[in-house]
Amino acid sequence: MGKTFAEKLLARKTGKDSVRPGEIVTVRPDHLLSHDNTAAIVEKIADDLAEFGVANRDLHVVVLDHVVPASTEKDAENHKAIRQYVARYGVQHFFDVGAGVCHQIMVERGLARPGALIVGSDSHTCMYGAVGAFATGIDRTEASALILTGQTWLRVPESIRIELCGGLRPGVTAKDLILSIIGDLGADGANYQCVEFHGDTDRLSIDERLTMANMGIEMGAKAAVFNVDARTVEYLKAAGVPPDRYQPVWADADAVYAQERTYELAAIGPVVARPHTVDNVVPIEQVEGTPIDQFVLGTCTNGRTSDFELAASILRGKRIASGARLLLLPASREILKETMASGAMGALLEAGGMLLPPGCGPCLGAHLGVLAGGERCLSTSNRNFKGRMGCAKADIFLASPATVAASALHGSIRDPRKEVRQ
Amino acid sequence: MSNVWRYGDDINTDMLFPGKYTYSCSKAEQILPHLLEDLDPRFAADVRPGDVLLAGKNFGCGSSREQPALGLRAAGIEAVVAKSFARIFFRAAINQGLLLVECPDAVDAFREGDTVELDPAAGTIRVGQRSFSFPSLPEEILAIRRAGGLLPYARAKLKSRHKN
Repeated sequence: MGKTFAEKLLARKTGKDSVRPGEIVTVRPDHLLSHDNTAAIVEKIADDLAEFGVANRDLHVVVLDHVVPASTEKDAENHKAIRQYVARYGVQHFFDVGAGVCHQIMVERGLARPGALIVGSDSHTCMYGAVGAFATGIDRTEASALILTGQTWLRVPESIRIELCGGLRPGVTAKDLILSIIGDLGADGANYQCVEFHGDTDRLSIDERLTMANMGIEMGAKAAVFNVDARTVEYLKAAGVPPDRYQPVWADADAVYAQERTYELAAIGPVVARPHTVDNVVPIEQVEGTPIDQFVLGTCTNGRTSDFELAASILRGKRIASGARLLLLPASREILKETMASGAMGALLEAGGMLLPPGCGPCLGAHLGVLAGGERCLSTSNRNFKGRMGCAKADIFLASPATVAASALHGSIRDPRKEVRQ
Repeated sequence: MSNVWRYGDDINTDMLFPGKYTYSCSKAEQILPHLLEDLDPRFAADVRPGDVLLAGKNFGCGSSREQPALGLRAAGIEAVVAKSFARIFFRAAINQGLLLVECPDAVDAFREGDTVELDPAAGTIRVGQRSFSFPSLPEEILAIRRAGGLLPYARAKLKSRHKN
């Protein structure tokens, strides 16, 4: 009987011939990620660290991204405490404010690799499945224990197989595809499970795969993964990781799944997730014309170069609607540099956009674009929960970069197929 | 007598503890005033030790922030009884020593005014006049709860390793 990706990877990581869904295994992850929450994570174990030190200096990756640059004195004190921890315990992978969102850094700097097991104290850690890693979110206390011991437990998950057939039509993006899948499966449709994407995945760029894997958690998934192909190998080479530095894992053809689904990509159209759950997905026709106050283009979900290029192809030489606010949030400094060099960011600024520093920005409601009561936001980010952008009386709609760009032109939700140059 | 707080499906961690506070509030006394702020403004003021929280499916979905689990434990919530739990919240609850009971029948059976009584050792829950059983957790996980949470568990392991 064949094995799934999760069964093969977790068997390898535990040194066993095979593991079964439901089994509890003890694992030593390749990396542990945390961000601004590192201050709270290390505060819990300050005395233990002084006594025992860290289990492994190569384990912990720390990226300051959530409230950057510091917005309050408390944030600044957190950042300072984190820098002191990094220096004192020789943490080898530290990225200070301005580098970018932690998930983008993990992939872009080659820390997330095929066949790796990565845990992160952030729910969107699942994004690294785009390059063939088993990556999953944990809480702060578990991160604290991992720093000390280097190990944790995992339940071997059942898996869902999603077959992708063909390619997407113009004006339709991987964001529309993953939102459609989440709409079908529901917010808990993949709870505790590993989602494997099969089929014509080689037609999706790494950027598109990152968008999809990032949102695995929005259907409850423990991990969401793609097979490693020539595009992955090229991407990793550019990130400084040659193929002899990793060992990909993929499911057997006769693996056993809890559920199997097939999507014809040509049948997917632009969609929008309405407030206040990510699975509240409707075809764009049902919400077209809804007035929007703030537009967010970017984040770890859709803040990569190809996302800004797509938006710029719609907005170049035009102006966003009067009264509309368009926030541009690149996922990393490298992406900001690339989009400046290519002219895409300039075109978006000319169109009336406002550039935010690479980081999480308004996505978690702490700063840089908090909404007011009664306002509506259309965002390329991954969550539209009540209160998510700082105000429980505001409405957040989620969509693709093409939809956000087309809608910003009109100040209301607009089908991007009416704006894209065919 | 203990109160029962009843909520619906897909209660996410932003509703249990707003994201805007996650980097300014990490200790119990800072978390408690904001617990369930955007879901039920009465909760923080009126919750009492021994109260039970009842919810639908996918309780605790969304962000990995641990303040909901830490806060509910600190508030003295005896158990969260739900039809199902999101996985990161499930782990966070184990790590904080908060009891979670997955029992869809018990949630469906609840009627306004019913009392809810738990017997974790026996694995039973009584809702009004009806009794239901819920499955036990694997031994590896029970050991964490017995130690009082993940950090006491990890510390005990480290200390014994350093002695040897």
